[in-house]
Amino acid sequence: MNYIEHTGKYFIMLKQVFKRPQKGVIFYESLVKEIEELGLKSLGIIMFISFFIGGVIALQTALNLDSPFIPRSLIGFAAKRSIILEFAPTFCSIILAGKVGSYITSSIGTMRVTEQIDALEVMGVNSLNHLVLPKIIATVFFYPFLIALGMMLGIFGGWLAGILSGLFSGVDYIEGLQTDFKPFFLVYAIIKTLVFAFLIATVPSYHGYYVKGGSIAVGKASTQSVVWTTILIVIANYFLTQMLLT
Amino acid sequence: MIEVKDLRKGFGDVQVLKGITASFYPGQTSLIIGQSGAGKTVLLKTLIGLHQPESGSISFDGRINTNFSIEEKRQWRQEIGMVFQGGALFDSQTVEENIMFPLKMFTKQPQSEMLDRVNFVLNRVNLENSNKKLPAELSGGMQKRVAIARAIVMNPKYLFCDEPNSGLDPSTAIVIDNLIQEITDEYKITTVINTHDMNSVMEIGEKILFLKNGRKAWEGSSEEMFKTDNEAVVNFVYSSNLFKKVREAYLNETK
Repeated sequence: MNYIEHTGKYFIMLKQVFKRPQKGVIFYESLVKEIEELGLKSLGIIMFISFFIGGVIALQTALNLDSPFIPRSLIGFAAKRSIILEFAPTFCSIILAGKVGSYITSSIGTMRVTEQIDALEVMGVNSLNHLVLPKIIATVFFYPFLIALGMMLGIFGGWLAGILSGLFSGVDYIEGLQTDFKPFFLVYAIIKTLVFAFLIATVPSYHGYYVKGGSIAVGKASTQSVVWTTILIVIANYFLTQMLLT
Repeated sequence: MIEVKDLRKGFGDVQVLKGITASFYPGQTSLIIGQSGAGKTVLLKTLIGLHQPESGSISFDGRINTNFSIEEKRQWRQEIGMVFQGGALFDSQTVEENIMFPLKMFTKQPQSEMLDRVNFVLNRVNLENSNKKLPAELSGGMQKRVAIARAIVMNPKYLFCDEPNSGLDPSTAIVIDNLIQEITDEYKITTVINTHDMNSVMEIGEKILFLKNGRKAWEGSSEEMFKTDNEAVVNFVYSSNLFKKVREAYLNETK
């Protein structure tokens, strides 16, 4: 199957996904479960990585700006921009594409190969709507909070790294954070996160839903879904940056 | 009653069903048998609407399923119970949640009524005290019983079973066969079973449909199957020495 066919099939899938849920109670239960599986269970990894990467960004910036003519507040400024504009929305989304994407593909793919999806269809359930829509809603609504938390912890990690290493003072760092603060950058980061969250929910779902074969096929589909989600995030990141910041 | 007329279905260049005509009656256990690749699973999946036929018709009590409106199709879906080969139980849900799922999705019954119905069908398949267990905690036979319970929880008019005995030991297989037959008799369900298990054929085959290369090669009861001289049926059903001897004994006895 070529790329055009896959793209067409993906959009046909989305048409089935975006239908009114058949039973509100069941949809709500699935949504709560997905928020826990796809959102809350990703909190730890995002917090951990954001904190340490924030520290590394601040340290690297400090070590590379050793000229006495460059103000030390530039470290906080550069760390803030890097974390808000790219690290939190884009790199955290790529991390989530790996963690959550493989989970979505393997869980839906296993349902496919064990005929659980056929069982839903025979009952008269719109399986795509039942399985995928709660995932989309959960990621699109929850990931902006997750990414915002990533931003805060990244910036905090940078501050703590400076204090502990003695490379820059807390006062300089905070001054840098406050310099030329543009609220639109936060909006930009959130818009990117929403698009990436949609991709993280739908691309792995597509790979899982249309898997054919057995457990090996599910494993391969998981790998493919992570690769494709990452590629699409990177491409979307480029276009969004060009559209929103230039 | 299910009536199939000149049903044809293919995938790409491969024609799997080549004009099948058959009838399945309420309160009767009908078995579809045949070699691997004969078209049994495709026929069953076409009957339950997972595959669309290329031509021909399937009518359910006079209603042709390809002519259904969306509402009629929804209604028809609720009249169908299906037991999949591996059970197809939702592995993240408990036994109780699995069986309650169709009730929650399609009825407006209060929780207590749904729970009563779940307990009733679990009792009917002789599986009490397993409500809170996950499918992975059950044996193969128990999983099949849960699948049967889920299939009958909506009081279906039509029950379809795909290899209900696969992977089960002979004694558990007989329990499952008898259970399906009892339920069919009790609720006057039109039951269609796709099987390879010759014990099932002999035990519960009120009507047997033998498929060969996508065509109906023979049709009759299990008793008629002993007497038939249809070469394809004899070669397939009596391929093992045990069944050959059983047939010879039966024929000698009835001479």
